[in-house]
Amino acid sequence: MSEHELQVQEKKEVQHSGETTKPEKYFVPAVDIYETEEEVTVVAEMPGVTSDGVEVSLEDDVLTIEGSRKPEEMEGKRVLLQEYESGNYLRRFTVAETIDQDKIKASMADGLLTVVLPKAAPAKPRKIEVQMG
Amino acid sequence: MAFIRFAERPHFRNPWAEFERIRQGLDELSRTFIGEGQQALARATVYPPLNIFEDKDSLIIKAELPGVRAEDLDISLEGDTLTLQGQRKPREDSDKVSYHRREIKAGSFSRAIALPTKVDVDKMSAKLANGILTITLAKAEEVKPRQISITTE
Repeated sequence: MSEHELQVQEKKEVQHSGETTKPEKYFVPAVDIYETEEEVTVVAEMPGVTSDGVEVSLEDDVLTIEGSRKPEEMEGKRVLLQEYESGNYLRRFTVAETIDQDKIKASMADGLLTVVLPKAAPAKPRKIEVQMG
Repeated sequence: MAFIRFAERPHFRNPWAEFERIRQGLDELSRTFIGEGQQALARATVYPPLNIFEDKDSLIIKAELPGVRAEDLDISLEGDTLTLQGQRKPREDSDKVSYHRREIKAGSFSRAIALPTKVDVDKMSAKLANGILTITLAKAEEVKPRQISITTE
């Protein structure tokens, strides 16, 4: 096969500025961010998160993506091997482009969150007349 | 500065042995820092990392496979070896795309694991939902806990 083999990527925990009240873990999801002339797209890996567990917000040019998943049913089960931890996901980005806030679209499929941020039409230059007093 | 002529060194000496000794020492040191009450994670060396659970009559294997579609995944059981194979296809982009970040990798994977108990081959199911694969294997009748009655003469 010409493709390379996938490597194990260790999950990184979010570095909090403060501690959370709940003993939940937050991980940094791996992302792809790409841009076309019309929009900026963010794809984030969030396995285990359903569409109602996702929160996307854009505030003061800061895009926050958050995914929460339900804790695993562990009743009557015994762990034989644990190679990954499950938890919630959180990541923030500063968006340099002007985004049309009303047209942001987010979708969840196969554990991948896709957020499409359409760029706002460039503001038209406006000439300001200076009145002579 | 002391010079050692190359020919004077015993030729069976492994030049990396010292580094290996230091590495092992550091590994040991980092292990002692795992906090109390925190479950030590086993380090996966082959993709994907797995979590394996058991209950009374089944074995549950879970893996996080975001972006992998069910048709690109292949699970097979041979004897007591379970093989997980698949690939994550790269996204099809148009030419005008410029990337800012690229952290999600595309590629293939293959992992084989020896099952800790015997399983019933006919009762095996796999589910892929929200990027999480769950394989449920029923334990074979002969390994299920059984009560033994004792008779006296």
